[in-house]
Amino acid sequence: MKSFSQHRGVVAPLDRANVDTDMIIPKQFLKSIKRSGFGPNLFDELRYLDEGKPDQDCSGRPKNPDFVLNQPRYQNTSILLARKNFGCGSSREHAPWALDDFGIRAIIAPSFAEIFFNNCFKNGLLPIVLKESDVDVLFAEVGAQDGYELEVDLERQQVIKPDGAALGFEIDDFRKHCLLNGLDDIGLTLQHGEEIRAYEARRREQAPWLFGSR
Amino acid sequence: MAGKTLYDKLWDAHLVREQEDGSALIYIDRQLLHEVTSPQAFEGLRLAGRQPWRLDANLATPDHNVPTTAKERAIGVEGIEDPVSKIQVATLDENCDEFGILEFKMKDQRQGIVHVVGPEQGATLPGMTVVCGDSHTSTHGAFGALAHGIGTSEVEHVLATQCLIAKKMKNMLVRVDGELGPGVSAKDVVLAIIGEIGTAGGTGYAIEFGGSAIRSLSMEGRMTVCNMAIEAGARAGMVAVDQTTIDYVKGRPFAPAGESWARAVEAWADLHSDVDARFDEVVVLDAATIKPQVTWGTSPEMVLPVDARVPDPAQEVDATRRQGVERALAYMGLEANQPITDIKLDRVFIGSCTNARIEDLREAAAVVKGRKVAASLKQALVVPGSGLVKAQAEAEGLDRIFTEAGLEWREPGCSMCLAMNADKLGQGEHCASTSNRNFEGRQGFGGRTHLVSPAMAAAAAIAGHFVDVREMLNQG
Ligand code: SF4
Repeated sequence: MKSFSQHRGVVAPLDRANVDTDMIIPKQFLKSIKRSGFGPNLFDELRYLDEGKPDQDCSGRPKNPDFVLNQPRYQNTSILLARKNFGCGSSREHAPWALDDFGIRAIIAPSFAEIFFNNCFKNGLLPIVLKESDVDVLFAEVGAQDGYELEVDLERQQVIKPDGAALGFEIDDFRKHCLLNGLDDIGLTLQHGEEIRAYEARRREQAPWLFGSR
Repeated sequence: MAGKTLYDKLWDAHLVREQEDGSALIYIDRQLLHEVTSPQAFEGLRLAGRQPWRLDANLATPDHNVPTTAKERAIGVEGIEDPVSKIQVATLDENCDEFGILEFKMKDQRQGIVHVVGPEQGATLPGMTVVCGDSHTSTHGAFGALAHGIGTSEVEHVLATQCLIAKKMKNMLVRVDGELGPGVSAKDVVLAIIGEIGTAGGTGYAIEFGGSAIRSLSMEGRMTVCNMAIEAGARAGMVAVDQTTIDYVKGRPFAPAGESWARAVEAWADLHSDVDARFDEVVVLDAATIKPQVTWGTSPEMVLPVDARVPDPAQEVDATRRQGVERALAYMGLEANQPITDIKLDRVFIGSCTNARIEDLREAAAVVKGRKVAASLKQALVVPGSGLVKAQAEAEGLDRIFTEAGLEWREPGCSMCLAMNADKLGQGEHCASTSNRNFEGRQGFGGRTHLVSPAMAAAAAIAGHFVDVREMLNQG
């Protein structure tokens, strides 16, 4: 997995609550059996004026000039600023894959839907929860200043503003450790193979009907 | 010491290992797989040279992409006209064959929507942990199981280790007391709950649904309620085990039998919250006040009783909420203060993992029987949840009731719930749908979805616009 330690980048404000995974990557693009290549279809229905088809070259499609990521000042965005309950809806990991493929490294919001939140960590993407009032201030600042950038420091658990002010954020130690070191969950879990086997043996005693039920 | 909630008990029984930061490894008893969220997981296993930890814990079936027309279905995978859908279904077949995972393939009568198939087969049992790369896995919580959706990396993790890295959620009890009125179903209950707590109200919680109104629901009704726990923000919803649960499970193909059955039933007796259990949050609703519900907007929390009027953004004080209402009204093509019963429909969809079980179809058939679909409607689809539901409905003659009324009777699958196959809405079209999500574009680019119960969808099909199904039932 890709690691994450520090990142500095252009911030784009996506000013709507409850951005769902259908919005992040519409279902017609879920048919791919790969993990990559979803970037051109990120926010497809918001970003383009026509209906997107799978396996289509997106470079010639009519873009929605009002959509934030299409505006010249937000080219090269790598940090997304969002509203509450970001990533709600389906469990599709295609959503973080699309964000990652587009070049987003971190998402800041007052709250995230849980499955999406989880899925981000599996893909080296950092979702950051900040207080609603802090997010409001960031929205105002991003809007007011062209080329607004933030620095994200995972080690210190801080978002650092252009004026040097730092906003702290919480993160599980385990997730932080995995993200900093780019560790693969499966390899880590398999190190506890003995414990899993011991559990299984106990469980088989207590509830044999859960095993080999065919 | 306070007693335990049902969720606490399920969590404790599956705990393999706790880490210092509060995350844990929990053991997974059942993983369900479908074609959309599994290919990259199998690919990951292959690249790392890993094998599944325990084959018999897995069960697969294609559902999202399968066509629902008899013509395409007769041929099997090769008959899928959309080449991209075909690749995805064929990839699931290949992966299951390669790794030795049991799959109900497209031509198998047991094929269907994973969340219909698991319970129907007895592959979902009380006390289990159930996961699937699909957010509506919460459905299986109706059996007193801990069931929730996971992402594709987690699907791979469960395949390889039989465990999931998880963090314990908080406990919420949603109690619905009293008796539901006639014409009011489980779907109306869960929509009313979401209207009450909002789409993020359950975030961070496992929700237990209780109270006399929930207890009196059938297993299918309980599944409908748990199915939409995710629309209330909760990954997992659950209902305690009682005699209704046990009667439903008994005799199903994967359920224990003989001596093992007796032992299992004894173990399941404990699958309820203790009387002195502590919940972090309790929400109480009065069943008698719940009317048939209709969503008017682009989020499941934008829901109102059928006799209400669409909201007026001018009445919203909070700016973000006002913007949300304005945006939803614009997308839905509705006017502020318009009566819900004035909303005209282009299509009707009866199906999905929320409402495509036999009781749902019976409920809808009872409404359309002897009536005709409104001439203004472009299409009314009935899509059973599985091949077995379809067979049962046909044995009861429901298919004829539907077709005589002018509804189309289809082959099982997800169909117009998310429009990954050919069944979809055109731009600007309004649809009365028994599914679970009314997000923008969910049922087709520019499509406008209104979530309702099967009886309400059937009534809307007859009238061509929303009507209170209770009035139609009174007319007999
Ligand atoms: S019926 Fe709809 S919600 Fe259910 S699994 Fe299929 S696509 Fe998802």
